[in-house]
Amino acid sequence: MSALAAGDRRRLSGPASLMLVAPFVLVLIAVFCWPILQLLSASLFDPDFTLRHYEQVLTSEFTLGVFLRTFRVSFLVACFALVVGYPVAALMRSLPPMGAAIVGACVLIPLWTSVLVRSFAWTVLLQRNGVVNEALQGLGITSGPLSFLYNEAAVVIAQGHVMLPFMIMPIYQSLRAIPDELPRAALSLGASRTAVFREVIWPLSRPGVVAGFLMVFIVTLGAFVTPALIGGPRSLMLATLISGEITENLNWPLGAALSAVLLVMVMLLIGLFSRFLRFGRVEM
Amino acid sequence: MNVTTRLPHPAIAAARLAGILGVLFLLIPTLIVVPISVGPDKYLHFPPRGFSLEWYGTLIGDPGWMRAALFSLQIAVLVTLLSTALGTAAALALTRGRLHGARALSVAVLAPIVAPNIVVAVAMYLFFSRLGMSGSLVAFVLAHTVLATPYVVITVSAALAAADPDLELAAMSLGASRSRAFVHATLPLILPGVIAGAVFAFVVSFDEAVVSFFLSSVRDKTLPRKIFEELDYDVSPVVAAVSTVLTFLSVGLLGLAAVLRRRAPRAPATKA
Repeated sequence: MSALAAGDRRRLSGPASLMLVAPFVLVLIAVFCWPILQLLSASLFDPDFTLRHYEQVLTSEFTLGVFLRTFRVSFLVACFALVVGYPVAALMRSLPPMGAAIVGACVLIPLWTSVLVRSFAWTVLLQRNGVVNEALQGLGITSGPLSFLYNEAAVVIAQGHVMLPFMIMPIYQSLRAIPDELPRAALSLGASRTAVFREVIWPLSRPGVVAGFLMVFIVTLGAFVTPALIGGPRSLMLATLISGEITENLNWPLGAALSAVLLVMVMLLIGLFSRFLRFGRVEM
Repeated sequence: MNVTTRLPHPAIAAARLAGILGVLFLLIPTLIVVPISVGPDKYLHFPPRGFSLEWYGTLIGDPGWMRAALFSLQIAVLVTLLSTALGTAAALALTRGRLHGARALSVAVLAPIVAPNIVVAVAMYLFFSRLGMSGSLVAFVLAHTVLATPYVVITVSAALAAADPDLELAAMSLGASRSRAFVHATLPLILPGVIAGAVFAFVVSFDEAVVSFFLSSVRDKTLPRKIFEELDYDVSPVVAAVSTVLTFLSVGLLGLAAVLRRRAPRAPATKA
């Protein structure tokens, strides 16, 4: 009885809690929920109720092509981040604490750097007189400058770089949860090293892989900065299309309908896979 | 993984090599702006042919860049104050309070960082344009506060979860009021977490590019928006200099925040 009373006194009273949480909730309602509702209404009323902007989104070959490309690029970015990121997570897991901390810092430094700066760095690396071209020519691999920028492959690499920490962190966490004894036991029972990886380590690290893959895929669906700077007009993605409709074509209803479809897609994916995702726990 | 053989097995050696290459892939595009910004060439060149601080001089002497930097700084400072207050209060209510639907509410407060940035940006652009406030300081501060406060809530909630609520209870049983008990018993414990949250909020606002891209006007633009425009127009080493400053600022501040969070108290072992 007294334990219960003590437990109760540890908590703030209902009215006090409400007063503490209310200011942010009010800001959220006014500057987040209300604007999004306005955006939805801009897609549905022009000026009377109409679904023709959604019809345009879902029937135009052009916008469907952009949707398709956005899904393809997001999938490829997630695959790319997995292939590059898994060995980094494994390296971190295999090192003593000091080494793991150093690799961890190498993963966090890009995460802490502005996306804009990193996309800028990729234009420097990939442009016609850029670092990659000069290196290739210097090594005699190519004879003239190649065009690496403004295509899907460039977006996959640059966006993959931006998203890489979101892949590495959950994989590292699930690898760290595997006790050393497990692979050792498998080895002593005669399993080959590839079999140990295939039968023990990979299955046990799969929750991290799934979390990282979904996170990268979902965030890339709505990515704006990197596709806008690296992608160019021929590899338009959803966010750059929305921005173009609104700032260049001044076609608010279409931009709003595209935004609504993107928002619903992302919310559905998050809802569907929420038990695999860890948005709240993402380290910045 | 830490296996017994002395010489690494070829498969392990290959995996390690892939890991090291992955680390280089992470770092090179992040840090390459630094050497480029101190090169003397008008065209971006790597490795730089010489050393010069010319571009930093150009940057400091350019009223356009300085104006954007000061505007961003002004926004970020106000956002830091506002979102630290809002976020700490919300975290207290969510972790220590009695609220109906606290679980649902703690998911809802994360919505701004889960929703696609572009959708949030376009919605806020429409909202503030209709109010005739697009490009205003108030609009930027409110928009960035919405985006930054969830990080404060996450950070402070973690600190609160690790701080022992019995300390506050003990202070109250000795006659302190609830607010006095909080200020003297709990606040010192969670202060590193609160400061870390404030630093997060500052960096989120200062680096924020997408909402700023839409809200900026010709006259009033943030630093990220200015970089965006420069990149569309001409890739100059001045952008590399700005990028270097931004990188050191963000990495330095967030490194500090990470250290602060480490120093936050650990959760008490087991409670009877």
